[in-house]
Amino acid sequence: MKTVKYSDIVEGVKKICMDANFDLGDDVLESFKKSRDIEESQAGKDIFDQLLANAVIAKKEKIALCQDTGFSVFFVELGDDVKISGGNLIEAINDGVRAGYSEGYLRKSICHPFTRKNTGDNTPAIIHVDLVKGDSLKITIAPKGGGSENMSRVTMLLPSDGIDGVKDYVVNRVRESGANPCPPIIVGVGIGGTFEKAAMIAKKALLRPIGSINPNPELAVLEEDLLKRINNLGIGPQGFGGRITALAVHVEMHPCHIASLPLAVNINCHSSRHKEIIF
Amino acid sequence: MAEIKITTPLTDEVVMKLKSGDKVLITGIIYTGRDSAHKRLSDLIDKGEKLPVDLNGQIIYFVGPTPARPGMAVGSAGPTTSERMDAYSPKLIKMGLKGMIGKGGRSKQVIDAMIEHKALYMAATGGAGALISKCIKSSEVVAYEDLGPEAIRKMEVVDFPAIIINDAFGNDLYMEGVKKYSR
Repeated sequence: MKTVKYSDIVEGVKKICMDANFDLGDDVLESFKKSRDIEESQAGKDIFDQLLANAVIAKKEKIALCQDTGFSVFFVELGDDVKISGGNLIEAINDGVRAGYSEGYLRKSICHPFTRKNTGDNTPAIIHVDLVKGDSLKITIAPKGGGSENMSRVTMLLPSDGIDGVKDYVVNRVRESGANPCPPIIVGVGIGGTFEKAAMIAKKALLRPIGSINPNPELAVLEEDLLKRINNLGIGPQGFGGRITALAVHVEMHPCHIASLPLAVNINCHSSRHKEIIF
Repeated sequence: MAEIKITTPLTDEVVMKLKSGDKVLITGIIYTGRDSAHKRLSDLIDKGEKLPVDLNGQIIYFVGPTPARPGMAVGSAGPTTSERMDAYSPKLIKMGLKGMIGKGGRSKQVIDAMIEHKALYMAATGGAGALISKCIKSSEVVAYEDLGPEAIRKMEVVDFPAIIINDAFGNDLYMEGVKKYSR
């Protein structure tokens, strides 16, 4: 049995809240560089140059990559041999968010749905906990911006729609989103499960490094096909027209009910931010 | 393409010279506003009351910046999605607003209002808030401080880069871009 202290979780979460917002992952930066070379439109190339310059400033000066420092979404893997001492895990994560968003000069973007009154500290965080075997605790933050989240959808297709129906829905979702979600985007696709499972695996799919190949060969082919079709839309970086509308498409699949074909499309902007800490 | 330098407030003459796809560098005062501030401005217009800022000839930047670190003018300050302001923008354009900076497409009502009243819609680079903050020299809250990141700020900008999406002639860079590059 491993014991993890409440205060250590707060400190760790505080740090990854800030790191995620200042320090863009190498996979994203590499993808910008590669895409810049492929992009045919000059306005599109200029966008990649700006995004690369933006990442340098953000990291060096600790200014958030994007003013939308997002909803603080966490994926937690809690080993069944882990005990939290001094308090509750969910409260520790929320305390870490409060500290990180305050000390990091990050924007507090969470409000009441109707009055729109801001909660003032970016809580409550959205926290998904998976119980896993072992004695380690892994906490991943993926701050999620509102612009790209607003372009995401869950739909319940008919089984007869099949894989072609899935492909058409995903491509049309990106087409209709246009410039809104800050292309070049990353498209997370969740197929199967239930209404909420599809959404959850679509979001989780966004955590996979850009450029990685899906270990399921069937899905690897589907991802390649979707990426090609999406990049043929011509939306381009920031919607100004161009070759690169998406940097990657990541698909996750789960068995579903004999009556259903749930599908979720979770769109992420190019500022694909995530950091993790392991205890 | 060369960048065109423009200064605020904007005149009809400047607006009518610019076309979709033109890159501009904006210098002068711009005002910020997003969802909640637009709703309040719109409510005041409906009641026939005076607005807290005179928008005649001005540009509104759809942005809610991160808090500024000590000694800095502003934090990260890139554009937010503009469609959420579509319900309110035509009213402000009728009041004399000449420009908007955001990202993403606008409704037919907004585009029609821009044609009728000679106004521009421009895009700044979404997700480049740290880079954009370098052209903002000062920022001060001038209305609705209680809205926090959504308060109306008066910003002094120098060579703020933007690209014209919708000009006053009905052209739309987003549509032209897709037409040119779709396969």
